[in-house]
Amino acid sequence: MKIIDVKYVAALARLELDSEKEERLQKEMETILNYVDSLSELDVSSIEPTAHAVQMTNVLRDDISEIPFPREEMLANAPETVGGELIKVPAVIPGEEEN
Amino acid sequence: MSIRIENLTIHESARLLEGKKISSVELCKAYLERAKNLEPKVKAFLKLNEEEILSQAQASDRRRAESKKLSPYDGIPVAVKDNITVKGQTCTCASKILQKVVSPYDATVIRKLKGKGFVLFGRTNMDEFAMGSSCENSAYQKTANPWNVGCVPGGSSGGSAASVAAGEVTAALGSDTGGSIRQPASLCGVVGFKPTYGRISRYGLIAFASSLDQIGPITRDVEDAAILTDVMYGRDSKDATSLPDTNEKFSEGLDSLKDLKGIKIGLPKECFEIEGLDTGVRKSMEKSIEVFKSLGAEMVQVSLPHSKYAVATYYVIATAEASANLARFDGIRYGNRVKADSLLETYLETRGAGFGDEVKRRIILGTFVLSSGYYDAYYTKGQKVRTLIRRDFQEAYKKCDVILTPVSPTTAFKFGEKSDPLQMYLADIFTISTNLAGNCGISVPADIHANGLPVGLQLVGPDMGEKQLLRISHIFEKNRAIKEFIPGI
Repeated sequence: MKIIDVKYVAALARLELDSEKEERLQKEMETILNYVDSLSELDVSSIEPTAHAVQMTNVLRDDISEIPFPREEMLANAPETVGGELIKVPAVIPGEEEN
Repeated sequence: MSIRIENLTIHESARLLEGKKISSVELCKAYLERAKNLEPKVKAFLKLNEEEILSQAQASDRRRAESKKLSPYDGIPVAVKDNITVKGQTCTCASKILQKVVSPYDATVIRKLKGKGFVLFGRTNMDEFAMGSSCENSAYQKTANPWNVGCVPGGSSGGSAASVAAGEVTAALGSDTGGSIRQPASLCGVVGFKPTYGRISRYGLIAFASSLDQIGPITRDVEDAAILTDVMYGRDSKDATSLPDTNEKFSEGLDSLKDLKGIKIGLPKECFEIEGLDTGVRKSMEKSIEVFKSLGAEMVQVSLPHSKYAVATYYVIATAEASANLARFDGIRYGNRVKADSLLETYLETRGAGFGDEVKRRIILGTFVLSSGYYDAYYTKGQKVRTLIRRDFQEAYKKCDVILTPVSPTTAFKFGEKSDPLQMYLADIFTISTNLAGNCGISVPADIHANGLPVGLQLVGPDMGEKQLLRISHIFEKNRAIKEFIPGI
């Protein structure tokens, strides 16, 4: 059995791959995962995981209101807008496509 | 004007500007002229807007004329890696997916540089989303190594390192997730400094792996690296992981060490036993060790027993974080959107067309290690090994002040030489542990290899150990056999 199914994982990650690329990635991933498997030599059952090198908790800023970014600047990069005021998104629910 | 611009530093430029020997406009014009001649070969810059640069330089000269300079560095140009936002400029991360996106705000480091009057001098090429060690993963162009244009400059901050090495700009900003400042600095014969994780705000740095990313300077010498760190570091309310201010000034007292008596330099035995360590690089390290000894430093053997697992650990943790961070690039709110029949197809096609091969590879690997059924076996395991790697350093620093290793197992390699992704990953074997542990590391040019290419040495200090690390690096730089590293381009 193969360790990774690239086709399935690519779908999870929302990446379209053509079959040639998928085949190449499948091979490359298996090589990389075999290398990563060297970690299984280590017994880490009693070790705590490190998510961050710097342990800081409850970092809060003062609760002061600030002037937000202007809407037109924030929307300037949107692929499509509705009258420059809203981001126009593709239909989310099938059957509700634009008429 | 008899100024050798190809070797000009920030601190020398500050003196020249102060003494009215040169103006910011003259300085920037000289660099633009040099870049015009060299860029067809080097291709370090993705954007170099002469008008924008000169208008900043003119403003700086006006401030100086009115005795309103913002700092001693007012008017000195600094290039910016293309993953750090500057308001009104594009920030593509060398990716197609962000080709036309214009940044609506300044990164904190940019705000700080502007506050001191630095001139922002173009945007430098990189591996797409900082994923790579050669700059070959840029969606736009391949940057060449100024020492040998048949070789890569390293990566991911390859454009920044190449631009400084070629003397196209005084200094540059890079970002370092697994060695992306230090490795290209080493391959291009310039200084590259990654401060302790959290020292410099990441606000405005497009995230690759949030628990590892750190902005840092690429410069001609250690003093310049200290100057830029002074300008950029400090607590930022916009980055919850930024460390509290320590009010240190790293560029002051750099000369305070007259020798290295009482300083212990740790040599991790694992690093010198590694397969694939070039014999010339090893010789350069041995020569450098003699320099440290002649200065009175004591060499002590230390052990980093888990360093051999660093690359594997990194490719679990960094890709997991990347797959989450890059999920936001979906063509909905900004960037290129591929029109398709349904929302799902919009995502699939936008991301399929927008990301290059290495980015896809890492998103897939990261998605896999986080996926149901594999999370504990890979991701949690990687985080646990990260604890062991961090502990190794803590143990080692009980015996020494800084740790010395090569930066890279080889000098700059040829384009296309590392076509196998795993071989490319192993190019970062000496730099990756520092990011996993979170401590600070610097690459300082040490020697010229028999093949004519520069060799860097890495010094790694403990958390928050920048001051001592920079002082030790500075005294080495003053005493190394080769004084200047200038490519013959």
